[in-house]
Amino acid sequence: MRKPKNGLAVLYLMAIGAIGLQSCIDNTTKKEYASAADIPVSREMTAELTAPPNVPRGVGDRKAKKLIVNMEILEQEGTMTDGTTYNYWTFGGSVPGSFIRTRVGDEVEFTLSNHPDNKLPHNIDLHAVTGPGGGATSSFVAPGHEKKFNFKTINEGLYVYHCATAPVGMHVANGMYGLILVEPEGGLPRVDKEYYIMQGDFYTQGENGDPGLQAFDMQKAVDEDADYVVFNGSVGALTGDNAITANVGETVRLYVGNGGPNLVSSFHVIGEIFDKVMVEGGSSINENVQTTLIPAGGAAIVEFRVDVPGTFILVDHSIFRAFNKGALGMLKVQGEENKTIYSGVVQEGIYNPEGGGIQVMPNGDEDTDISSGTKTLAEKMESGKQIYTKTCFACHQANGEGIPNAFPPLAESDYLNADVNRAIDIVLNGKTGEITVNGQKYNSVMTKQAISSDEVADVLTYIYNSWGNNKTNVTRSQVEQVKNGH
Amino acid sequence: MTVLRLTFCILFLWVANANCQSKMVAIQGGTYIPLYGRDSLKVTISDFYMDVYPVTNQEFVAFVKQNPNWQKSKVKKLFADGSYLMNWTSDTTLKEGLELTAPVTNISWFAANAYCECQGKRLPTIDEWEYAAMANENEPDARKNETYNEYILGWYEKPKTFNNVIGSTFKNYWGVYDLHGLVWEWTSDFNSVLMSGESRKDVDNDSNLFCGSGAVGATDLMNYAAFMRYATRGSLKAKYTMKNLGFRCVKNKDDEQL
Repeated sequence: MRKPKNGLAVLYLMAIGAIGLQSCIDNTTKKEYASAADIPVSREMTAELTAPPNVPRGVGDRKAKKLIVNMEILEQEGTMTDGTTYNYWTFGGSVPGSFIRTRVGDEVEFTLSNHPDNKLPHNIDLHAVTGPGGGATSSFVAPGHEKKFNFKTINEGLYVYHCATAPVGMHVANGMYGLILVEPEGGLPRVDKEYYIMQGDFYTQGENGDPGLQAFDMQKAVDEDADYVVFNGSVGALTGDNAITANVGETVRLYVGNGGPNLVSSFHVIGEIFDKVMVEGGSSINENVQTTLIPAGGAAIVEFRVDVPGTFILVDHSIFRAFNKGALGMLKVQGEENKTIYSGVVQEGIYNPEGGGIQVMPNGDEDTDISSGTKTLAEKMESGKQIYTKTCFACHQANGEGIPNAFPPLAESDYLNADVNRAIDIVLNGKTGEITVNGQKYNSVMTKQAISSDEVADVLTYIYNSWGNNKTNVTRSQVEQVKNGH
Repeated sequence: MTVLRLTFCILFLWVANANCQSKMVAIQGGTYIPLYGRDSLKVTISDFYMDVYPVTNQEFVAFVKQNPNWQKSKVKKLFADGSYLMNWTSDTTLKEGLELTAPVTNISWFAANAYCECQGKRLPTIDEWEYAAMANENEPDARKNETYNEYILGWYEKPKTFNNVIGSTFKNYWGVYDLHGLVWEWTSDFNSVLMSGESRKDVDNDSNLFCGSGAVGATDLMNYAAFMRYATRGSLKAKYTMKNLGFRCVKNKDDEQL
């Protein structure tokens, strides 16, 4: 999707150009314009368009220009999640559509081309446009044709664009939305990393996870009963190898949009606080925000400095959407730990609210035999199920099915059944890094679980005796052995 | 005498004799409320004959052989845009892989209109086309039938159906094939129901066409399916051609008695 960079020559030219411009600006007094509509444009340039999660280079201190934007509409089949495909309608071949970056005062010449293989007419409504229909009236285009219209960017901010052809809801539900940024004069302040993320809800004939090509379901869309709620058009578009990255100490800026069609997003990054939020993509800046609301057909710019390494999970904090419908992404941060900011586990202990101070800590093997050795399988299953529901369920899901691209399955899991001591070790000590489960690669983080050896034995016994696994009965002494082995 | 001969001809048509132009069937007229209508906007359709199938590549090759001014190298730019017969390698040959019995597409309204005239027929009006196309296999008006609507919407999402051969979809109540499932089809008055391109405006403003059932009831599938057809027609100009747009002809019932 991305256009190849043209190498150093272009950079040199731009540098020379920039110096030239700079000297120009230095020699003349900077003009103030009564209204952005009065800003004159000089020269012409073709806009760089990028597919998510990338954004084009910032405008820096370039002058307002005539900006040529060429956008192609493609109706094409794509992957919704492993084994499930969907007929996406796209601006520029991606969902969300190509990111458009402009500055205030630019005069945009917008050409919308509808690919000949497409079935339907489309148009575009850019919320950054001041004019009837946001451009929709002027851009209604049949397959195999193109339409051109011009507009001037008068208001700075981050804006949604989308298709507005009847039936509008269906065009949007099939992925026809994206973001256009209008930077202030001089550009937004420089940051180290910038990414483009857009949430959307999808409605399919089958249920979430049903295999094959899934058709759009109008009734579910009308009922606002989403099967998928995802970032960047599909489950896993921002996880595993597709995760966005940063280094410790860098400032990250996310351009976050919400295409809808129906749902409002409670955007949150687990383990980070937004230092700055340009609320609703406008000029108002809020600081120290945990979760920011992004309306359907709206956007926000969030910025934060990453201080510690690790994987930070991006979610719609309407949390079932994140863990059950796909609204989950990852930001992987590399670099030195900072124990002052985040220590990790320092100490583990037993907490007994009924007066733990008086009670004697169990020690010796007698207790082992009494507590675990004498438990029947049925008792362990019952206790294990409770522990599972409290501790493991959120990630590995009710029936051990896991979450594609994020959390591996425990049901019929080859990785689990191959090595019981490894499984015990992972529960005790956690696991980071790439593993392959049932042929799928996972690269995620499981924290170590602060539960007793008995509980580890029970929960693993429950897992091994459920969902088609090999019925291993894990004992407390096995757990103790692994524990002492470390 | 003429009447007798024509009657024979029609009889032959019924038993699938291809000698006498393409097959047509009778559509019995009636009154219905189209998508954009209200009770006061009922439309009455007279009896007419409709081609059983869309016009095929093969039929159109024969047409341009006899009417060279409609060949792609000779057609007037005013009457067809640059994509006219795009999938043909020359004036009379198709690109490899293109089916002879698939519907002809990349046809302008002018070309479609000329073809029908040449056969002593005409293009259907939107109202006639929509009237014939609201039938499924068993009933003349299946617009409230869920599976029927799902079938249509499903086709809208299916890519590249333009190269499927005619007759590959269902035969409807009237005996007409392929109204849904192969290609869009030209109508004589394709741009008479104006969709401004800003469809939300069409819904909101005082336009008689869209403030009625089209807007309020737009949640039901029937209207969604039809909305897309009207939107497509609204995006067209008479010289436009599209890979997914073909046509078929109709004839007034009275013409048969002449």
